[in-house]
Amino acid sequence: MNSPPRAAVILFPGSNREGDVARALRQASGAPPTIVWHDDRSLPEGTDLVVLPGGFSYGDYLRCGAIAARARIMDAVRAHAARGGLVLGICNGFQILCEAGLLPGVLMRNAGRRFVCKMQYLRVENASTPFTRGYARGQAIKVAIAHGEGNYTVDSTGLAELERSGRVAFRYCDAAGVLGGGANPNGSMNEIAGVYNETFNVLGLMPHPENLIDPLVGGIDGRGMFRALAAA
Amino acid sequence: MKARVIVTLKSGVLDPQGKAIEGALKSLGVGGIGSVRQGKVFDIEIDAPDREAANRKLSEACEKLLANTIVEDYAIDHE
Repeated sequence: MNSPPRAAVILFPGSNREGDVARALRQASGAPPTIVWHDDRSLPEGTDLVVLPGGFSYGDYLRCGAIAARARIMDAVRAHAARGGLVLGICNGFQILCEAGLLPGVLMRNAGRRFVCKMQYLRVENASTPFTRGYARGQAIKVAIAHGEGNYTVDSTGLAELERSGRVAFRYCDAAGVLGGGANPNGSMNEIAGVYNETFNVLGLMPHPENLIDPLVGGIDGRGMFRALAAA
Repeated sequence: MKARVIVTLKSGVLDPQGKAIEGALKSLGVGGIGSVRQGKVFDIEIDAPDREAANRKLSEACEKLLANTIVEDYAIDHE
């Protein structure tokens, strides 16, 4: 491997998983990411990967991610994505990417109305992207979920396009990788837990792979994503 | 000039909060409640020469921030 990719984690007022994702990135690549403030205008020189962490940016005011999506740094994130740079949005980061128009759809209130905080299996739908090369297609991975607004919703044309182009990244499933039944924790359309943009360099997902990188806390299935990114 | 922007979920979009409120009203014994949909109201003071100009600015505000037009509609009222 050459020098590890340079990662930047964007910190918004109300982000709270930036430490978790920084730890996962450092464990995988050996290099800590740079923490970038939302009001900055530019990313550090040579940034390869931008991560929007989980949390409750701006207290979820107006809509989850809506205010953060209009933060000053987002112009630089948009330009980075347009150049083909990698962008990963986790949980609130996924909501921000949708609100910013970098990913299609919107995350609505969970269908069951409850905040859901538990371990959850995901089926890897596409294992050939810079984010998922550490997994096998169809593999069920165990990660954590913690959200009140994770109900992925998109119009029927958008949904058909996501499915047709293989841009569904992960689906909620049971431990055996089976979809349906009670495996969908929030009512998401087609059990969608994460989606890519058209060019597969932007990924947003509700679950937290960064929290499953140490056997001490229940599993290491999240490591695959950060190792793949470290080798990207 | 004062204006009121009302943002509502498009019909057909699941509204779990509205459903919860509907259930609570029924359990309180408030008669005749059919269904409840929850929305948002923004009271905005705006500088504009006339209503038409204000509407243009407010539409821009809605499109850029106040509404997520994938799942929400908006309406503008003037006092």
